Amino acid sequence: MKVLVFVEQRDGKIKTSSREAIAAAHQIAGSSANVAALVVGTPGDGLKDAGVDTIFTVNKPEFKLFNVMNYTAAAQKAVEEFKAEAVIGMASPMGRELFPRLAARLNGGLITDVTSLQASSGSFKGGTKPMYAGKVLAQVEFKGSGIKLATVRPNSIQTTVTGGAGNVVELAVATADSKLKTLEVKKGSSDKPDLTEAARIISGGRSLGSADNFKIINECADVLNATVGASRAAVDAGYASHTMQVGQTGKTVSPQLYVACGISGAIQHMAGMRTSKVIVAINSDPEAPIFSVADYGIVADLFEAVPILSKKLKEIL
Amino acid sequence: MKILVLLKQTPDTEAKVSPKGDGTGLDIAGTIIINPYDEFAVEEALKVKEKNGSGEVVIVSCGPADIKERMIKALAMGADRGVYIDNTGLEDADSLTTARLIAAAVKAENADLVFSGKQGIDADNMHVGIMVAELLGWPHVNVVNKFELEGKTARVEREVEGGQVEVYQVELPAVIGANKSLNTPRFASLPGIMKAKKKPLDVKKPSDLGLDLGQLKSEIKAQIVSYNKPPQKPAGKVFKGESVEEMVSKVVKLLREEAKVI
Repeated sequence: MKVLVFVEQRDGKIKTSSREAIAAAHQIAGSSANVAALVVGTPGDGLKDAGVDTIFTVNKPEFKLFNVMNYTAAAQKAVEEFKAEAVIGMASPMGRELFPRLAARLNGGLITDVTSLQASSGSFKGGTKPMYAGKVLAQVEFKGSGIKLATVRPNSIQTTVTGGAGNVVELAVATADSKLKTLEVKKGSSDKPDLTEAARIISGGRSLGSADNFKIINECADVLNATVGASRAAVDAGYASHTMQVGQTGKTVSPQLYVACGISGAIQHMAGMRTSKVIVAINSDPEAPIFSVADYGIVADLFEAVPILSKKLKEIL
Repeated sequence: MKILVLLKQTPDTEAKVSPKGDGTGLDIAGTIIINPYDEFAVEEALKVKEKNGSGEVVIVSCGPADIKERMIKALAMGADRGVYIDNTGLEDADSLTTARLIAAAVKAENADLVFSGKQGIDADNMHVGIMVAELLGWPHVNVVNKFELEGKTARVEREVEGGQVEVYQVELPAVIGANKSLNTPRFASLPGIMKAKKKPLDVKKPSDLGLDLGQLKSEIKAQIVSYNKPPQKPAGKVFKGESVEEMVSKVVKLLREEAKVI
């Protein structure tokens, strides 16, 4: 089965999470010969030894910034060129914007945010997809013929693939139209990965009491090289911005390590972080529901425990 | 100016959701509400209409019949009328099929602008609004934090990873997916609630939109076959009653030696 992988770049840098999409594609394709990558807006040579034989690129300046109309046109072209029967990408801000449009254009089936694929070499039946922010897992299957599209949730697929011929093929794609213009991409306040892609997260709850007090969380995050998250209660109280919110009306995350500080563990919060590999909870209330999902818990005041945690981590990291 | 809002219903965020015994359906214990992100879409549509000085805000929904109660709530917030698409026979529709129904309704309404929530908090898909745009050949921007209409175009911001912000100029008609930080939805006023019951709420069957039910059914390309509970974790190690220094040291050691994540 021929599989195209949509590989993301920002600022010309290929995202490492795209390796997870390539690994997912290998589960279906079986060999590097059946896997092609598409990287738009930057040269494809950054993808050498990444497990693909063919690297399609559209390396034009007007394709450098993400524009869903242009990128859909590029993906459509690559699908046609490679005669792809499936397209895999990441469930990232870019993948989530692109894949529904591409599925509608190609009249294909779409399953997004899958945490595992139901696949074997040469067949792609479907996948497991968390719903209700992870309260349940749905088994979703493709129906009928037609191209199959899926996005993979970051940190779900742990294997990596190397090798592949890595032949770069430049595609001729015209800019889509002027109905959508990307004017600029404003730099973020943080150079840390997004919550949805982060390997480590430390989150603060309402018991922090003020936006200023988040500095103890930020300090610990710097030591851990973690991204900072927040509970809805902390966001609603104005201590943190909505972009930091973890939970059902915020972001669903699945890092290797999630540290919850002063978060009691409302259903909607736990739904958004329960698939984290290892959960640490720090809370002064021993009855807090967060302890029921924690691998390691510390019943203590966060203002006392978090600075000590930062200190101890600094000693070993 | 005619502004459409795509609205669905979901269980509230505190709802308990679990698979039925045989895994074929879900048991949901909770209140059914307007999908939280769709409230931001309704609010933004009302704001645009108010700023524009004239126009019409139309709520479009597709789903079970009780969704009309949620539509009436949006009418109570100030929307002018509703179009309910009866999806009887298409309960198993995938996103693309639902998008076909909605796109047909949007086309029939000859809308200038469509708002939706960035995602439904049930299936967590973020599909339908974007697919509607594609089916109509319109541009879209989803997860929008800031929307400013400037004549026939809009300047739109959406936040992506690491706090980066993509800034777009979008030509209307377009589909805009609302994020939480776009605005603060208003509450329905008492007169608004009284008036809402008298506002028109049309019912459309697929055939009224020029679509064939059998054809739509045959085009479904993805289907949920079962539901499962997420794997339960074994009970963790919770430390209490010791000195904080001691407890933190133990956890750091476990993170390194047992969990091997640092």
